[in-house]
Amino acid sequence: MSRRSSSAATALAALADPTRRELFERLRAGPRAVGELARGVTVSRPAVSQHLAVLKAAGLVRDTAAGTRRVYEIDPKGLGAIRAWLDDMWGGALQSFSAELDKEIEDGDKTNNSN
Amino acid sequence: MSNLEIRPAPVRRSVVVKAGVERSFAAFTGNIGRWWPKSHTIGSSPPVNVVMEGRAGGRWYEVSADGGECEWGKVLLWEPPTRLILGWQVNGNWKYDPAFVTEVEIVFTALEGGGTRVDLEHRNLERFGDRAGPVRDAIGSDGGWLGILRSFAANAEASEG
Repeated sequence: MSRRSSSAATALAALADPTRRELFERLRAGPRAVGELARGVTVSRPAVSQHLAVLKAAGLVRDTAAGTRRVYEIDPKGLGAIRAWLDDMWGGALQSFSAELDKEIEDGDKTNNSN
Repeated sequence: MSNLEIRPAPVRRSVVVKAGVERSFAAFTGNIGRWWPKSHTIGSSPPVNVVMEGRAGGRWYEVSADGGECEWGKVLLWEPPTRLILGWQVNGNWKYDPAFVTEVEIVFTALEGGGTRVDLEHRNLERFGDRAGPVRDAIGSDGGWLGILRSFAANAEASEG
């Protein structure tokens, strides 16, 4: 469970900041260069870069170099929290399924009993 | 550039069980309420059962203590005892949404020695981010993604504590 916890906690912390949330909101419309993202927000450009670094570390956005510019976009794998939740859910479900089947086999044939 | 494609990799999980394919398929689909982890459900109260109707077009859903049913989706493909595709129709707001479908394919493969390998793939996860998808639209609201993240964190902490 710790992986889900840390993934959720990291993403939550990253989006808890209003500036970061605004930057993330802007990226929902499509990839943007740092300069574009910095326009219209109240913090300095270096601060924007720092916020983007936090979003990146949380797995929510990724960046690529385009010439001299750095372009940010929402990380395609960064539906992170939902994907992590589903991954955790199915992992747990299959383990639980396997354990139940093992128990049934050990206990004898009980597969037709109802709950 | 308003058409951002979000294509997360499918979730893939496998497990090997000691039973043969027919018994495995029957246990997976017919006795789901016995093994489904109580930690992963969407209803407001813990479910007392999880039910899968064994036919294409059948429903799968959780049943709460008061008898209420909380639907998860439809059975999209029913090929006992080797293959099953379930529609996971629970959207990013943790609500059943008939217009939202992601696929969960489960394949049962017989192994030498009588066991079965169960391979599960949950795909189309990009649909969580599509169009007016709640994940992207409600990102800043308590009822949206942040709310989900908060409940992730709370659940994870509770299950660790």
